[in-house]
Amino acid sequence: MAGQAAHGEHEDHPTGWRRYVYSTNHKDIGTMYLIFAIVAGIVGGALSVGMRMELQEPGMQIFSNPHTFNVFTTAHGLIMIFFMVMPAMIGGYGNWFVPLMIGAPDMAFPRMNNISFWLLPSAFALLILSLFFEGPAGNYGVGGGWTVYAPLSTSGQPGPAMDFAILALHIAGASSILGAINFITTILNMRAPGMTLHKMPLFVWSVLVTAFLLLLSLPVLAGGITMLLTDRNFGTSFFDPAGGGDPILFQHLFWFFGHPEVYILILPGFGIVSQVISTFSRKPVFGYLGMAYAMVAIGVVGFVVWAHHMYTVGLDVDTQAYFVAATMVIAVPTGVKIFSWIATMWGGSLEFRAPMLFAIGFIFLFTLGGVTGVVLSNAGVDRSYHDTYYVVAHFHYVLSLGAVFAIFSAWYYWFPKMFGYMYSETIAKVHFWMMFIGVNMLFMPMHFLGRAGMPRRYVDYPEAFAGWNMVASYGSYLSAFSVFIFLGCVAHAFAKKEKASANPWGEGANTLEWTLSSPPPFHQFSDLPRIEEDASH
Amino acid sequence: MADAHAKNHDYHLVDPSPWPFVGSLGAFVMAVGAVFYMHNEVETGIWGSPWLFYIGFAIVLYTMYGWWADVVREAENGDHTPVVQLHHRYGMIMFIASEVMFFVAWFWAYFDVSLFPDQAQQFLRVEATGGEWPPVGIATFNPWDIPLINTLILLTSGTTATWAHHALLEGDRKSVKTGLILTVILGAVFSMFQVYEYMHATFPFLDSNIYGSTFYMATGFHGFHVLIGTIFLAVCLLRVYKGHFTEKHHFGFEAAAWYWHFVDVVWLFLFAAIYVWGAGTPAAH
Repeated sequence: MAGQAAHGEHEDHPTGWRRYVYSTNHKDIGTMYLIFAIVAGIVGGALSVGMRMELQEPGMQIFSNPHTFNVFTTAHGLIMIFFMVMPAMIGGYGNWFVPLMIGAPDMAFPRMNNISFWLLPSAFALLILSLFFEGPAGNYGVGGGWTVYAPLSTSGQPGPAMDFAILALHIAGASSILGAINFITTILNMRAPGMTLHKMPLFVWSVLVTAFLLLLSLPVLAGGITMLLTDRNFGTSFFDPAGGGDPILFQHLFWFFGHPEVYILILPGFGIVSQVISTFSRKPVFGYLGMAYAMVAIGVVGFVVWAHHMYTVGLDVDTQAYFVAATMVIAVPTGVKIFSWIATMWGGSLEFRAPMLFAIGFIFLFTLGGVTGVVLSNAGVDRSYHDTYYVVAHFHYVLSLGAVFAIFSAWYYWFPKMFGYMYSETIAKVHFWMMFIGVNMLFMPMHFLGRAGMPRRYVDYPEAFAGWNMVASYGSYLSAFSVFIFLGCVAHAFAKKEKASANPWGEGANTLEWTLSSPPPFHQFSDLPRIEEDASH
Repeated sequence: MADAHAKNHDYHLVDPSPWPFVGSLGAFVMAVGAVFYMHNEVETGIWGSPWLFYIGFAIVLYTMYGWWADVVREAENGDHTPVVQLHHRYGMIMFIASEVMFFVAWFWAYFDVSLFPDQAQQFLRVEATGGEWPPVGIATFNPWDIPLINTLILLTSGTTATWAHHALLEGDRKSVKTGLILTVILGAVFSMFQVYEYMHATFPFLDSNIYGSTFYMATGFHGFHVLIGTIFLAVCLLRVYKGHFTEKHHFGFEAAAWYWHFVDVVWLFLFAAIYVWGAGTPAAH
């Protein structure tokens, strides 16, 4: 039997294109995810620069058709969420480091791991295809925003473009659900002997919570967008009041997914920042258990706050009061995390390497975005801020500056481990400072614009908003330029080939991945490591 | 396995496989084909016909066959150690959990309208439903007719599946076959009754109002899951004939049984919420 012969002599190290296309290796799949995220991030970033070029001055600059501007905002949002942040954090770092940190040889389902990755290029291709098909009559692409609210996504854009986008979301969702199942199984079943749940590194905790959010929220989105699909193509009336349907139903289904989704985007960042802060403070994380259960609490409460995105749709006042209270509760576990990070640094022997700079940048910017989140959680205040640039500023502070800073922190932290080369600390620090200044210049003025009443998703604005918009646009160009420095830093490291040691960070880096060579062997932990009773976290 | 790379653990490091890539390609082709077909008013001629969708669907089916055939082969090779079987259990439980959340969306849509058909501010809805549930003018099915029979059929099929399971544990392979054959037949009869019911419905699916939308999509997705469950059980039956499964190691069978019970429970909720609680005036026979 052919299968029998193959058994026992695993293809130890497949080479060429098969190594990646047919991969069942968590590190190779993680690398593919990271490359995919970088490519998607560049596409999504280019779209945002296009938007800022348009908004630099009042009047129409580069778009002759206002719909195209909305296509840019929609594609930017979808790409950054589904094809940049999620693949980088969960697919990339999750794949690379969850098995390494828990002392496992690979993921629980190595082959399913690969379809989680390969479904993403399919989904991304569908989304890109949507740009070249009709959306609203006579216009190309989907311009309904990443939230694809009905009826703008049903009768408002009858062309094939929206169907391409919907199916892109279906496929990306399937990819994430399979990935979530894989991560939960791996973390619950494959921890090395002696590693109890309460000894797991916080990054692993963060991926575990994230995976549960994905598993339970994405199928609801799948149901909602399936209703969109049948409303559009098979004449059902889920969101059409004339047939007895309800457009607000779509918003409920969407945000029941959408709110957990924003925690999906940020939770792995919490985990990354915990590892980095602890490493470069040379101290264990302050309040380890509190940190772990704060993430669990954020995940659980994250499922019951969704309608705070919908204060202005005519919800009952009592309902709004509930969602205000529930939303504010989330500030408590989040505060636990912020203060514990600060307490970890307190009295530590701090070393300001590039990953640490990005982690501290994360704490500062995420706190700022979190505080504006508390402002927005008030239904009354939200009456005035809903759909203004204040909201845009808020979620970019937590995501573009929070999640993305965590991604870069992890990149520099684990770059030596993943690729075996040291990066240039100088270039990395230039990257950090340029990006830090750029994004603050870009998003800080949006608070002022929002408070002054500038609505989001418009191609043009009155003269009164001109000043801060110009500042924001220059900030955008500076941020975009910092991405080139980042790419230059990567190219420089690969050209210089300065070998990294197994643990370049010293005694502060005490998780299991630093016990392996840089890069680790193709299959690690053939003999499972044992975690001693007194090992610190 | 006396080579230098000897692994001293029971995890299964799977060989490289083409299926994930091929399957993803199939999903892409299927999606493009579906959009073209749904928009055959724009994509005329050959692009507007469903052939591209069918090609993609065929690739996906081929992937499923090839992938699961590999899994079965690996199981027979002994790659599925106790810890790997535990992975499979966790995986299946979570897959079913995600399916439960998928049905939550359809029940949400149903209760969104059935609990609130008469809110004044939703005046168009009130016009469409007449402020009542089921909406005025909708002749619903008598729940104590075919729906009750189908409930009994599914509950019975749950017991025959359990019978097959216990027989498997006892090593009584003849009863395994009988139990599984009965389960598959009952599943098929359920599906036929559903089709019969759809054919005799007085309210449409295409261009439907909210009653038809929620009714057909919720029961339709359930029916689709019954079909998948029936195929899953039929594959298990085939594997029993091939001599697969032992008294100690038969997770493929257990997964099918779990899935079948899940489908059963969804039906009980559909029966209670849509057929019984949501019943109005039954259609005249």
